[in-house]
Amino acid sequence: MIQFFEIYVAKLPEWWPEMLAAAGSTLLLTGYAFGIAIVFGLCLALAKLSRNRVLSRAATLYVELMRGIPTLVVLFIIYFAIVPLGITLSALVAGALGLGIHAAAYVAEIFRSGIETIHRGQREAALAVGMTPRQTLRYIVLPQATAIMLPPLINMLVIVLKDTSICSLISAPEIMLRAKDLASTYFRPMHLYVLAGAMYFAMAWPLSLMARGWARRLGRGRHGA
Amino acid sequence: MSATSPPGAAAPRATPAVSRQGDAAVVTIEDLYKNFGSLEVLKGIDLAIAWGEKVAIIGPSGSGKSTLLRCVNYLEVPTRGHIYLEGELFGERLVDGRHVRMSERELASQRKHIGMIFQSFYLWPHLTARENVAIAPEKVFGLPRKAALELADTMLAKVHLAEKRDAFPERLSGGQQQRVAIARALAQEPKVILFDEPTSALDPELVGEVLKVIEELAAEGRSMMLVTHEIRFAQNVADRVVFIDHGVIVEQGPPAEVIRRPSHERTRSFLSQLLQDG
Ligand SMILES: Nc1ncnc2c1ncn2[C@@H]1O[C@H](COP(=O)(O)OP(=O)(O)OP(=O)(O)O)[C@@H](O)[C@H]1O
Ligand SMILES: [Mg+2]
Repeated sequence: MIQFFEIYVAKLPEWWPEMLAAAGSTLLLTGYAFGIAIVFGLCLALAKLSRNRVLSRAATLYVELMRGIPTLVVLFIIYFAIVPLGITLSALVAGALGLGIHAAAYVAEIFRSGIETIHRGQREAALAVGMTPRQTLRYIVLPQATAIMLPPLINMLVIVLKDTSICSLISAPEIMLRAKDLASTYFRPMHLYVLAGAMYFAMAWPLSLMARGWARRLGRGRHGA
Repeated sequence: MSATSPPGAAAPRATPAVSRQGDAAVVTIEDLYKNFGSLEVLKGIDLAIAWGEKVAIIGPSGSGKSTLLRCVNYLEVPTRGHIYLEGELFGERLVDGRHVRMSERELASQRKHIGMIFQSFYLWPHLTARENVAIAPEKVFGLPRKAALELADTMLAKVHLAEKRDAFPERLSGGQQQRVAIARALAQEPKVILFDEPTSALDPELVGEVLKVIEELAAEGRSMMLVTHEIRFAQNVADRVVFIDHGVIVEQGPPAEVIRRPSHERTRSFLSQLLQDG
């Protein structure tokens, strides 16, 4: 056991800068993927709720489809579609896009249920004072829905963060890929994967805490109506 | 665009038949039908509300009173027939002689001239009383925020809630919430206010404070359509009582006639039922 830690003491100075740089890529991937998921997910949710049958059917189909396909498969499809466009950028771009459009399906469901929670009467009251549907969404529905949706959205962010690890399979330069490379260079797989795990945990845990804290505050707050 | 209902505007008490452009009607409902699927809820309503006129609408549950009000501001789209606000087609436009629905945007710019009070208030719980009242003046009418908030204070004072302006709706009693909702409608400076059973969701001891506010508004000469089960109130406030049953107007006239001496059997049995319950 002691020996296990001695190796960290000896090797960490060599591993750390590389792993830290990889963590930067992981965060970048997470940020872009989640950004795509939020924007695209909101569009999907609005499409699903729209009175336009074709639009809402298409959105529903998309959500069902994505939920039935593993993230990795989506990632590979996007990757091989995007490779011809330029090799250097491709792994990160494909990774963000693949994770993003996949997570969008889940984010859409979070938005949809959040929006539906706001009572129809509140929306009608907004229309009755002369707000356009867009203003109603912006000033009445989203401010309240956001409070309700924040915990599940943060949980989704944690999932996306952890899912970036599969981007190593398309050679995106993130934590898992770097850990794998270093593991084979130094013949220390246990050490590097434990280190990788610790790094993911260090990023994910505070987010989970935030989500839980927020959910508790909501339970007490004035958002029950 | 004419000014909003001036206090004490000359309001013809006589009830015009269906009227259009150029006369005194603020709202005209013409040949209105509304179906929900195969259910026919409104079956040919013709009604004109004169400037400053207060029309009470009474009728049994399910007779279509709420649907009628909701058609007036196009929260429900009529199946057939038309609505006019100050003689101007509402929610529709004429294109080559045909009626075409407006875009939601255009509709919003017409709807802002009609106030609506719901049975369940529907205040926005994430905003304070003051913000609930100020948001339409600011976002819909384009007032600067400061002016909108001042207007909100004025309107809250009108409903005797000046001191509650920073309270969130959940902190207010039902009667107070409904008065904030009334202030919110007043801040639109509406040409007409639609009340849909404004006191039905209230505890009996809170009904009075809301009715008092509505009476004060009535005394200012505002135009109103008021769905209510408070017969005595209707009698005191309304210029005209309209009795609706099964989606048609059965009988209408001055309160003294419709309520005291109803000429139709259906009106009589409805009223006697109501007086027994009350
Ligand atoms: N959105 C809707 N979809 C289907 N049916 C509806 C809808 N809104 C109302 N109805 C039906 O239309 C009929 C008239 O309803 P409405 O609410 O206008 O009656 P009301 O006279 O206001 O009754 P109450 O006194 O109970 O409020 C009822 O049978 C109701 O179930
Ligand atoms: Mg009703």
